[in-house]
Formats: sequence, structure tokens, C-alpha cells
Amino acid sequence: MIRMRITKREPLPKWARVVIPIAAIITTLILSAIPILLAGGHLWKSYYYLFYGALGTRFNLLETFVKASPLLLTGLAVAFAFRAKFWNIGAEGQLLAGALAATVLGVSLGGIPGILVLPVVMLGGFLAGGIWAAIPAILKTKLKVDDVVSTLLLNYVMIHIMGALLFGPLQQPGSSWPRSSAIIEAAQYPILLTRSRFHLGILIALLAVLVIWFINKRTVFGYRSKAVGVNIRAAHFGGINTTAVILWTAMVSGGLAGLAGVGELCALQYRLIMDISPGYGYSGIVIAMLGNLHPVGVLFSSLFFSVIIVGAHTMSRMTGVPTYIAEVIQGMALMIMLIFLLFTEYRIKVVRK
Amino acid sequence: MSSITKRFLDVTANSDIDFNLYPGEICALLGENGAGKTTLMNILFGYYTCDEGEIFIKGEKAELSAPRDAISRGVGMVRQHFALVPSQTVLENIIIGTDSGKGLFLDLKSAQTKLLRLQKKFGLQVDPDARVWTLSVGEQQKVEILKALYRDVDILIMDEPTAVLAPAETVELFNTLKSMVKEGRSVVFISHKLNEVMEIADRVVVLRGGRVVAGRKTSETSIKELANLMVGRDLLERLEKKKVRPGKPVLEIENLSALNDKKLLTLKGLNLVVRKNEILGMAGISGNGQKELSEALFGMRDTIGGAIKINGEALRSGSPASAIESKMGRIPEDRIDTGLMMDLSVEENLILENHATPEFQRFGMMNFKKIHQFSEDLIGAYSIMTSGRDAVTSSLSGGNLQKVMLARELAGRPTVVVASQPTRGLDVGAMEYIHQRILQEKERGAGVLLISEDLDEIFALSDRITVLYEGVIMGDVPVAEASREQIGLWMSGVTK
Repeated sequence: MIRMRITKREPLPKWARVVIPIAAIITTLILSAIPILLAGGHLWKSYYYLFYGALGTRFNLLETFVKASPLLLTGLAVAFAFRAKFWNIGAEGQLLAGALAATVLGVSLGGIPGILVLPVVMLGGFLAGGIWAAIPAILKTKLKVDDVVSTLLLNYVMIHIMGALLFGPLQQPGSSWPRSSAIIEAAQYPILLTRSRFHLGILIALLAVLVIWFINKRTVFGYRSKAVGVNIRAAHFGGINTTAVILWTAMVSGGLAGLAGVGELCALQYRLIMDISPGYGYSGIVIAMLGNLHPVGVLFSSLFFSVIIVGAHTMSRMTGVPTYIAEVIQGMALMIMLIFLLFTEYRIKVVRK
Repeated sequence: MSSITKRFLDVTANSDIDFNLYPGEICALLGENGAGKTTLMNILFGYYTCDEGEIFIKGEKAELSAPRDAISRGVGMVRQHFALVPSQTVLENIIIGTDSGKGLFLDLKSAQTKLLRLQKKFGLQVDPDARVWTLSVGEQQKVEILKALYRDVDILIMDEPTAVLAPAETVELFNTLKSMVKEGRSVVFISHKLNEVMEIADRVVVLRGGRVVAGRKTSETSIKELANLMVGRDLLERLEKKKVRPGKPVLEIENLSALNDKKLLTLKGLNLVVRKNEILGMAGISGNGQKELSEALFGMRDTIGGAIKINGEALRSGSPASAIESKMGRIPEDRIDTGLMMDLSVEENLILENHATPEFQRFGMMNFKKIHQFSEDLIGAYSIMTSGRDAVTSSLSGGNLQKVMLARELAGRPTVVVASQPTRGLDVGAMEYIHQRILQEKERGAGVLLISEDLDEIFALSDRITVLYEGVIMGDVPVAEASREQIGLWMSGVTK
């Protein structure tokens, strides 16, 4: 009888951490041929327009960055939380909390000097996301409520809070749609490059990569957060206040997701609408995993995702393959990455008996 | 069972063991922790397969590759950790895995009749419809026994059954066991408690270091003899103990009480003093409160009464930070779960307790230059065998893991060192190194509390010896006046 047994393997060298995500992406692109062919698309043409649509022209390239910025922020948010084993599945709700706070502030801050409006809006969005993430962190540390469940469910709570406000106090006077009034001009993100939508939020997201990398690598807090993630009991034994570490990690994580919401509102929509996020918070989970929870990895995986999303529109127009293919490819990328990650830690041994 | 040998990696848990069990007897399997008792019985129960040797049940050679093979031959086992489904009823738990259905449906009625008959016969009163999670530990044990009886076992293995029972429940259990053997069934009773063994067993087999050292009828032996057999007399390496005069008390434990994980009172008003330049060895069989005591000292467990003082200053209950501030060097018994972060680097483990000191950080930013210097110094000073400070800790051997642990905990020149089972699972070389380090700490001026199950280690290192039994101190004697016999009796709860 042949049996398969899964055994733990020796830790892989450091270069594997770079090679594996790349291998996962290549495998994903190869396997994407199956759904493309099933959808009746011409293979090479589809791939060509997928990449041309995302990278082929100046405008498309900059659009890819526009799309990447919320993904990068939610990806960082999830990666930062996961590193401390705070399983934040709630970036979507935290993003909405950020957008909501930015709306309230952005509509009403006409009275203060213009230069101060945007910083206040951003800070408000960051805090709103952070506080929304702090709730499950407190539930986890004080009452041992499972964080996967609580962060996930709080997403729906936030969606409904937003809905209630958009049909209520925040609804634009005179409108019958669930949408808010427009934010004032001083609360809008400046556009940095002409003839594009390349806005301040993209720089903020890139800056966040550096900041998170610095926190992880260089600071006492980053060390503690990692220690808590690796072995919370040993961290506690070593005198680390694990409750505080989890709480602060959750706040920073939620804050980053909140900033993603601020960006969507202040750079693209200028008013709050129900579908301000097409699930960026959930994509953030995939992006964080694909990026191996490393800030630079998250940068590249968010770019990969936005290439697929932006390119799929062109591909669809030119070849008739539906844009939903982008979501299929994203899902495949996650599955393949998870399988690859599994094999970095375990291997299959065939036992003959 | 004949010539049973079982190895785990490089540890031989059972070595060439012959063991016979006769119908209608209670046979005790006696030995210290790690003597191989449970391993041997796990082999009989089909949970492990032996590397060498043969098993005959009722005269027939038995190939046991899974517990179900053993059960079908009439062997049942009640383990220390019960295998019950908490959310199901007693009856449902008992019929799990048995063929008790009519077609697609369960035949609960006839199962219940059979169960009630068994309960009456053996005096095992539990409500069949109660959900298991509502039952006390003693009642859950009854369910486990009923589970075995329901499957008509003739051989019942009980692994330290009294460890979880209150005294009255123990009496009940013993009555049940006695009524079982009257019917011609047999019981294997695994224990390290001498009193109980003498009370319940007809025969005793003593294991030590994976070998059978003796077999006795209880009517022809004494507690004293069994204690000697169990503990053994093989001596450890000779250590050079310098004469240092003990100084003032540095660690004082006053009337300390604490609960265990099951919320039972485990430390019952414990008092002891460790002085400067002194090693106090605490012997005792594990499960008597050692884990709870060391955790209370480390700040890993809340205390419910009493005080722990270092240099006269009381520690905050349940605060590891408080123990660190008071300069306690802490060597936990489970270095992998509690002491070390196996997925981080050696350096990251070495700086765990002082990474936030002004020396190593400023404004929340780590000073890696000094940290690297610190960790490289320690790796050198403790000759930790590793590819470097960045090596992942899980790549180190057991002895080197313990060196990392020691290096971190002793780097701050602690006032008090509490070491719990510091050499468990280590090879002789590493063991010697750890012993020398502990002696050096004492000579430097620390007061050391050494909690160990290894009597040889206790005798080799200690200046004074004390014994922990059921959460209280049994006695306290200078090593020069201590006899193994006396300590062995204390360990079994016998006072003279």
C-alpha cells in the first residue's frame, strides 16, 4: 500500500521567499489560460491586451498605480496585523470607516484654514479605521473572542452603519440616491501628474511601505509585534505587554485600511457612495499573503493585482473575454500562493507499506 | 509482552521489557516520570507499535497496529487525557464507534439497558443523559471506564487514574476496580504513588529508565523498598562543589497559594526561603505543584494568596515584568513553548528581556550595533553552537537551546535563579555544562531554586533539599544529612 504523509521540512533559505511569490505569479498566469480559453478568448491576444491595457500607454500605466494605491494600503494593513497573528479580516470595514470619517470631515470643515483640511481629514480617516479595528482587538485580548470572526462580522456592521447614514443624516439634500454631499475642494487629494488621476494617495501608500518596513525592521514596537506573532506565551514571559502590542498593531492596521478609504473618497469619488470599495479590504488579504506579509512583497503583489484588474478591462473590450476573468485570476493567485507556501514548510513523503 | 523495545528518535523509552498480566489481578506499574510506563501500555493498547518484541493476549500472538485492534482483543485503556466529546451525552459517548444500530438508526434503548446493568454491577453512577461537559473530572473518568466495560474488555489499563481525583473519588474508583477483578478481569494500574500502589495492587512491576528493575507481590514488599527501587542509585558525574557560606535570604515565599489550570487549589500555603550563595533543590514527582510554583515565580500564573519576595520586595502577582525587574533569572521547564521563540533568530531571543533598556534603544528605535555586540558576546561566552546570531533558533539542538535560555537569563547577573527541570531531555554533555553554570551562579552570589524530578541532579547540586508533595513542602534537610530513602518517602507523601 502506498500512503502519502505530510512532514515538516527544513527551513528554506532566504532567497526562496523572493522566488516563491514570483513562481506563484508565473504559474497563475500560465494556468489563467484555462479560463481564458473556456471564455472563448484568443490566448495570445488576450494576454497581450491584458498587459497592454495595464502598462501599454502612459495613461494606462498611471491608472494601474491609481488602482494599486488602495490595494497597497489594505494589503499593508492585513500584512502588518497578520505578522502579529492578529487575524484582521476586517480591512473592508475599516476602509469604510475611514471613508465615512473623511466624508463627515470633508463636508463640514469649511471653517478652518484650507491648508489644514486635508491633514485633518486624513488623520480622521486613519483614526476611524484604527478604532474600528481596535474593537475586535479588545474583544480578543479581554474576552478571547476569535478575531477572524469578529473582524469579519464587523465589516457588515460598518456597511449597514454607512447605509443608514447615507439614507439618513449624510444623504445629499434633495437627492434620492444613497450618496452624500460632495466634500469641499480643500479636502480633495491633489492630482500630481497632468492628464491623469495620479494623486497624492499613491505617494502616501508608497510612503506607508517605507514606514511599515521601518517599524518592522528597526523599532522596538516592530520587534515586539513580531515576538507576539511568533510565540505570544514566550513574549509574555519576556515581559512584553502583549495586550498593548495587539491593540496598537490593530490600530495601525485599521488606520492603514482607513487611509485607503480616505484615498478613494478624496481622490476619486469626492462623495460617499455605497459601492465606494469593490472589496479592496478582502483583496488586501490575498495581496498580503501573496506578498509574504513583507511590505515590499505587498508592494509588488498589489501592483500585480492592479495590472490584472486594469488590464482585464482592455482585454474584455478587445477580445470579448468578460472582465470577471480578473477575479478568477486573483482567486487562482491566492490558491497557488497558499499551496506554494504550504510546500515551503512541509513536504509530501510517499511511504510504501 | 516479551522483550519489548521502543525507541523515539535517539531515546529508548522501553528496553527489552518482559511484562505478564494474569486474569483476576491488579498489577501496578510503578516508576518515575519518563521511566517508560505509559509507553509500554500504549504499545499494549496499540497506540504505538514496538520496534522489537512480541505481544500475546490470551495465548495468541497479537499484531496491534491501532487501538481498535487492541479493543477487539479485549484491551481497554483510560488515559490521563480523556477522549470524550464534551457536547454529547454520556450514552452517546459510550456507544461511539460501537456497532449499536438497527439499520440507519441508533438503537439507544438497548444500549441504555446494557449501560445501566454495567453501572449497577460496578457502582459507576453517572446520569446517561447528562452532557459530558457538565460532569466533574471524576465522573468523566467513570464514563471512560464504562466505555471500556461496554466494549467487554478483560484487560483495563488505567494511566495514573488518581491524579485527577479527590480522595473520596479515589476510594470509589478502587472499589470499582476491585469488583472488576473479582469477575476475572485484570487491571494495569500505572502510578508513582507508593501508598496507592500498596493499597490497590496485588503485584508491582517497577520500571526505571525504560527497564524492568523488579517485580514484587505487594504482600511481600514495603513502601521503603519500592521507593528505593523506583529512585535507583546510579550516580551522576562528580561535580566540584566549592564551599560557600550562604548569606541573607534573597528569595522568600510566604504562604503561597495558587490554582492549577483546572482551577483546583494546587499550591496550598507554601513557605520556603533561598539564601544568597545557596542552591535549594526541590525534589518531587511532577504533578505535585512544581509547574504551578515555577509559573507563579516567573509571573506566568496569578497567585491567590501569600507573597513572593526578592530581597524583601514583593513581586506583583502574574507579572513576568515584575520578576524581570527584580532580577530573577528564570529557566522554565518548557523552553520551547514558554522560554524561546523558535521561529526568531538567536539574537532576537537573547534580547527579549532587555531590548527596551536605554542601552539598546533610543526613542523606540533599536541600537543594532550594541545589540549585535551583546548577542555575539553571549554566543561566545556560552559557546552556543550556531551558524551565527541570525540563525533561526529552531535550527539549534536541545542543549544549545538551553544555553540560549541560560545566556539570556543569566546575562543580567540575577539575584535569584529559578530553574525548573533545567536538564530534562538533554544529553550528558549539555547536562554537565548546565550544572556547572548553575554552580557558578551560586558561587557568584545568586540564590538558586532548582526544581527537578531528577534526584541525582538534586543531590549533586544542592546545599539543601526540600520536597514538594501535593502543593506543600514535606521537609527541608541539608544535603549532608539527606538520605535518598528519606527523600523518596517524602516524595511519596509519607512523613515519619
